[in-house]
Amino acid sequence: MKKPVITIDGNEATASVAHRLSEVIAIYPITPSSNMGEFADEWSAKGKKNIWGTVPSVIEMQSEGGAAGAVHGALQTGALTTTFTASQGLLLMIPNMYKIAGELTSTVFHVAARAIAAQGLSIFGDHQDVMSTRQTGFALISSTSVQEAHDFAAISQMSTLKSRVPFLHFFDGFRTSHEVSKIFQLTDDELRQLIDDDLVRAHRSRALTPDRPVLRGTAQNPDVYFQARETVNPYYTATPAIVQEMMDQFAKVTGRHYNLFDYIGHPEAERVVIIMGSGADTAEATVNYLVAQGEKVGLLKVRLYRPFSLDYFTKALPASVKKVAVLDRTKEPGSLGEPLYLDVVNALAEGGRGNVKAIGGRYGLSSKEFTPAMFKAVLDELKKDQPKNHFTVGIVDDVSHTSLDFDPAFSVEPAETVRCVFFGLGSDGTVGANKNSIKIIGEETDNFAQGYFVYDSKKSGQMTISHLRFGPKRIQSPYLIESNQANFVACHQFTFLERYDILKYAKEGAVFLLNSLFDKDQVWDNLPVEVQQAVIAKKLKFYVINGYAVAEKTGMGQRVNTIMQTAFFAISGVLPREQAIEEIKHAIEKTYGKRGEAVVQKNYAAVDATIANLQEVTIPKTVSSKMSRRAAVPAEAPAFVRDVLGPMIGFDGDSLPVSAMPVDGSYPLGTTQWEKRNIALDIPVWEPDLCIQCGKCVMVCPHAVIRHKVYDEKLVASAPETFKHMPSKFKEFSQGYAYTIQVAPEDCTGCTLCVEVCPAKDKTQAGRKALNMAPQPALRESEAKNWDFFLEIPDLDRKLINPSTIKNSQLLRPLFEFSGACAGCGETPYVKLVSQLFGDRAIVANATGCSSIYGGNLPTTPWAVDAKGRGPAWSNSLFEDNAEFGLGMRLTLDKQNEYARELLPSFEKELGADLVKALLNADQTTEAGIEAQRERVAALKEKLGKSSDSRAKDLVSISDSLVKKSVWIMGGDGWAYDIGYGGLDHVLASGRNVNILVLDTEVYSNTGGQASKATPRAAVAKFAMGGKGIGKKDLGMIAMAYGYVYVAQIAMGANDQQTLRAILEAESYDGPSIIIAYSHCIAHGYDLAKGLDQQKLAVQSGHWPMYRYDPRLAEQGKNPLTIESKEPSVPMSQYAYNETRYKMLTQMDEARAEDLMKKAQKDAKARWNLYHQMASMHYGNEEESKS
Amino acid sequence: MSNLSTTYLGLNLKNPLVVAASPFSKTLEKARKVEEAGVSAIVMHSLFEEQIIHESLELDHFLTRSADTSAEALSYFPDSDKYLVGPEKYLKQVSDLKKALKIPVIGSLNGVSKGGWTSYAKQIQDAGADALELNLYYIPTDLSLTAQELEDAQVELVAEVKSAISIPLAVKLSPFFTALPNFARRVVEAGANGLTLFNRFYQPDFDLEEMKINPSLELSSSAEMRLPLRWVSILYGKLNADFALTSGVHTAVDVVKAMMAGAKVTMMASALLQGGEQVIPSMLADLETWMKEKEYTSVQQMQGSMSQKAVKEPAAFERANYMAALNTFRDL
Repeated sequence: MKKPVITIDGNEATASVAHRLSEVIAIYPITPSSNMGEFADEWSAKGKKNIWGTVPSVIEMQSEGGAAGAVHGALQTGALTTTFTASQGLLLMIPNMYKIAGELTSTVFHVAARAIAAQGLSIFGDHQDVMSTRQTGFALISSTSVQEAHDFAAISQMSTLKSRVPFLHFFDGFRTSHEVSKIFQLTDDELRQLIDDDLVRAHRSRALTPDRPVLRGTAQNPDVYFQARETVNPYYTATPAIVQEMMDQFAKVTGRHYNLFDYIGHPEAERVVIIMGSGADTAEATVNYLVAQGEKVGLLKVRLYRPFSLDYFTKALPASVKKVAVLDRTKEPGSLGEPLYLDVVNALAEGGRGNVKAIGGRYGLSSKEFTPAMFKAVLDELKKDQPKNHFTVGIVDDVSHTSLDFDPAFSVEPAETVRCVFFGLGSDGTVGANKNSIKIIGEETDNFAQGYFVYDSKKSGQMTISHLRFGPKRIQSPYLIESNQANFVACHQFTFLERYDILKYAKEGAVFLLNSLFDKDQVWDNLPVEVQQAVIAKKLKFYVINGYAVAEKTGMGQRVNTIMQTAFFAISGVLPREQAIEEIKHAIEKTYGKRGEAVVQKNYAAVDATIANLQEVTIPKTVSSKMSRRAAVPAEAPAFVRDVLGPMIGFDGDSLPVSAMPVDGSYPLGTTQWEKRNIALDIPVWEPDLCIQCGKCVMVCPHAVIRHKVYDEKLVASAPETFKHMPSKFKEFSQGYAYTIQVAPEDCTGCTLCVEVCPAKDKTQAGRKALNMAPQPALRESEAKNWDFFLEIPDLDRKLINPSTIKNSQLLRPLFEFSGACAGCGETPYVKLVSQLFGDRAIVANATGCSSIYGGNLPTTPWAVDAKGRGPAWSNSLFEDNAEFGLGMRLTLDKQNEYARELLPSFEKELGADLVKALLNADQTTEAGIEAQRERVAALKEKLGKSSDSRAKDLVSISDSLVKKSVWIMGGDGWAYDIGYGGLDHVLASGRNVNILVLDTEVYSNTGGQASKATPRAAVAKFAMGGKGIGKKDLGMIAMAYGYVYVAQIAMGANDQQTLRAILEAESYDGPSIIIAYSHCIAHGYDLAKGLDQQKLAVQSGHWPMYRYDPRLAEQGKNPLTIESKEPSVPMSQYAYNETRYKMLTQMDEARAEDLMKKAQKDAKARWNLYHQMASMHYGNEEESKS
Repeated sequence: MSNLSTTYLGLNLKNPLVVAASPFSKTLEKARKVEEAGVSAIVMHSLFEEQIIHESLELDHFLTRSADTSAEALSYFPDSDKYLVGPEKYLKQVSDLKKALKIPVIGSLNGVSKGGWTSYAKQIQDAGADALELNLYYIPTDLSLTAQELEDAQVELVAEVKSAISIPLAVKLSPFFTALPNFARRVVEAGANGLTLFNRFYQPDFDLEEMKINPSLELSSSAEMRLPLRWVSILYGKLNADFALTSGVHTAVDVVKAMMAGAKVTMMASALLQGGEQVIPSMLADLETWMKEKEYTSVQQMQGSMSQKAVKEPAAFERANYMAALNTFRDL
């Protein structure tokens, strides 16, 4: 019988086995493993059973630490239990891993191995996380490919049941976890043959039960702990043979045979590389190539890394080997070598192979490419008499000179393999279509197929690059398609041509498909010169299609995916055209059919309209264009931006040497301004004749691209011709002041929130406002000049601005600008407001999540500095510790302030008594007071700066702490309600002066919409597929319970003045403050242009009551709670059913949706009643009460 | 005791009080209540062509717009294997109502264009509906669209729907046709067994605070009955179709007027929405009382008795009627 083949990614391949072999699954989302948990949850929600016929129970925990605890408990009570994680999540599991191993408990943890946050966070793949667990007692088993991830998920489970040693099964994050590949599927029958039910029952029999009670987890004393620790040795000794036995058994059932160490290469190899993970696949292809060329080289793939079997290792390594290079995908600073290298050195010595020369090196950190050329460089290095030890490969290390040179042109890919690269816009569906294409090719032809997808780090206007390979031979190329290798290159967004070198991928004679507004006769003259040159030089076949026109005509909107996919099949000839179209339509039906006939029909229409619109371009013989590709950043950018960030922006960061990188992860601020992404199709245009100068547009802009200024009207004289202005209507700045609202045309995302919020309508034409959207291209040049001029206009002196009104507060310069957040983001307006109000004296602790990504993901940062060079100092520690991290900042500031105050009196002579007194007693409640203190500190530095006195030097070094600083602890609800809640609670309880801003999107937004404890009842989210059945945690109420915490719940769209007031009050409160900010989000599923309207409805429905709780009022005998929203006046459903997250439940399970919505309605009413009662309580003093 | 029974679309009904397409069919509980209150049939809320298409496209849009755009978030929502975005929910309700009620259930389909969706008509029939009402609801805003084109398209649609079903078909019209009688004739010739006069449009209102347009539903009053009353009167006896009069039926007297104009049934929504199902028994009692007082033995006796064909002064339904009304107004 033909074995079933499927085309899936590594996460699904793993989860499909893990789910079928488990009873309990405890999970927590973390990239790149989240999808495994999501699959498991989805399958269980749909009633998919394990091989024993029962649906596994899946639970989302509050953190990976929690997941590990739940796993431990489930194991101790006898369930077959698993979890999925990576990186920091795995680190949080380590304490439990020791316990689970110490108790000899059978389990498998599946890990999409990922880098660890050090000098910077990285979501990408390497083995740093896994290597951090090698001492826990878990067995570590490594998969190199999607097929192996599928297979080893089963082998791990077989092995752990027999050996009682817990297993950590890992594969490379992204490279394997996200690679889509054609694999042979393990059927339920095969899994049943592989798993010994007696061992399952043996596992159960060891469970804790009151029917046969034991005590497990004692505290042990010096007399016996050591001996007890040694009891497990026989189990570890037995494990390698057990794993091999399981691998052999697996081979009998499936025909796929693995060994603990698999040797590939020349039988008498002299040079061998030892490696594990996806790099081994690259290595295998390269070794086979080189052996065919007559080289005596080989490869030893490590499968079972722990327990490390000396015996199996020694037997696997050919006797002929003279030199080995050990490649570690990890980094241990300060060690003698990385772990696999050290193990191999030890094994060679202990195994009597001390004569073999061993060197070790690092490769592939954070998914750094690892190619045949790099692998060959390692083998070549072994040829040398004195090969470099502790080398690196894949980078240029011009600091420690560890790196090996390699020839990028070296390739071992079979000629028969077809390679295709597609450039798409994130929102155009390119990746989804390519996933479908790979499925079609993989499952409808005899070809092997592979798909891998690269995304940039922005959340709006982002670029995706799809790398597709297919061909008759097994694809062993876990690396991106390289320059000059692609048979087919497609560019789905014309403007990419002016920004990126897309055709570098094309090989000679390749096909180039372009989505173009220009037809075959016009397109040539509109291409940049570099593109023309490449098309001619590489003799490309060039096709264009106006995908946007076809999409528009067929109801596809901006999504050109189906059209470009059809064009690809039509041109590439992978399948006969008719069959391809049939398969595409079949895939459309399969993917979209469940969403309704209309969706299927529009896609069908797009397919049918494609062929007729596809045109081949006749290529001229000469280059005619006068346009050149744009530099990634303009030449006038600062050197660091130009030379370091510029290559990163231009997708050429791989070329940067080690010396270009800051040593401690510190980067300059204000760098987004150089990107000029030009992603908006339309931008707002200001109409001064209607404007009332309210500043609301400036406040809601998520990207700080629309700003207003009042300024000396004389400046207008030098303004560009199209620069708009009007007399200022500000009462504080009226006579002699001009006013302008200006848009940054190249930074705007076109979200339209500013237009939506604009209250000024034309009396003769209600649809015209003081801001209206207009196409960007025609305005780009003139408005860019106007923007530059606008920036040159000096900001008003902060001392003159009373920030308590919206319009005035918006005169303060945003120090958070042009972030890569989603167009229309609901979080960033709050962040930006904080930056305006306090940015020049703020320190920000930012929890990992959306805000740390749009705030701190390289290449650029939106955090910026003012004209004096001051701005928010920002840092991200972890996801789980952000509140504590921020508290630590406060402690330093307070300590240094205290020390400075202690030192000051002893310098009365040098500084003068008046200055000392003024420094100690400064009133810093206003901008003027703060500025005055800054001047005093400057005077102090001036006077003591040259002193040689150690205490004077100390005072100078900490004197800035005498100026009031504002500590902001920011993050999303995943952090505040779940993983960081314990710390947040402690920080609130500490009484220290910190300000906590919770950007509450009611879901884990950054990792793709998993439920948090902030997710409201009746909303659908991942891990709450059937709609969340319980209500949202009331974080504000919990914080209010302390009595001394300032608490506010705000929604800018519902009441911007309340938002402003709450943020100002929170900052002014000398104690802990927490602000919970309603943040509309793409994960809510509606057009974010309506975000402000939805915020209003959230408040009006009672879902989001707005209030401020100010402990200072209680001290004055007043009720500290002020409710600022009215009794619920619109039904919860009226608010909720505008959003997909609620509405989709009515389309999935109407009865449950109705039931939950009724309960949600009750929740809203009950919450309001409770707050209302609290706010009505009498707070007078006792005597007053008695009287 | 007076005989209140009537026939409509070949259905034998115990009285002429039928629930118009409205929310009363959305839950079995409400439908049972109006049945118990005494109505003789129920027209279901409409299955909207645009709504089905819109819901389907909207769901797809929000599930896919941000999918596969970020390395960390390949999607933002779990994806179910099945969504109730097609007519399934509606069809189930047809079927459930049929099981729960003894009175006839008339399905209602609302659309304007020909196309695959007209297969829903057959599905409604298969789900058990006793008849189908096709609501031709369309606001023509295109300056290039002629009355002829629009009417042709609608007549074609009627024919297409009729060809798909074997149960009786009623067509609900709006009053806004230049030559309503001709169009009505064409609709009947295309296969309509009945005409429901008239559709009440959801007229937009202006919110002067927000300077926005608010679509809102104002409930009808008896005064609105004049329009369908006139047209049922004019068309009665001239077309081979049953008439249902709807818009502004609130009292027994309104029902009597409708019958006399030539309607076989009256359809009510506003009266029920305002007064609840308890208005039905009192209307039926009032109707009987009126009939007794005026010595009518059956409803059928009065049907068409004051239609244009039956009255002495047919012109009263035409322009003279308008002039008279104006004169009355001036006298005031």
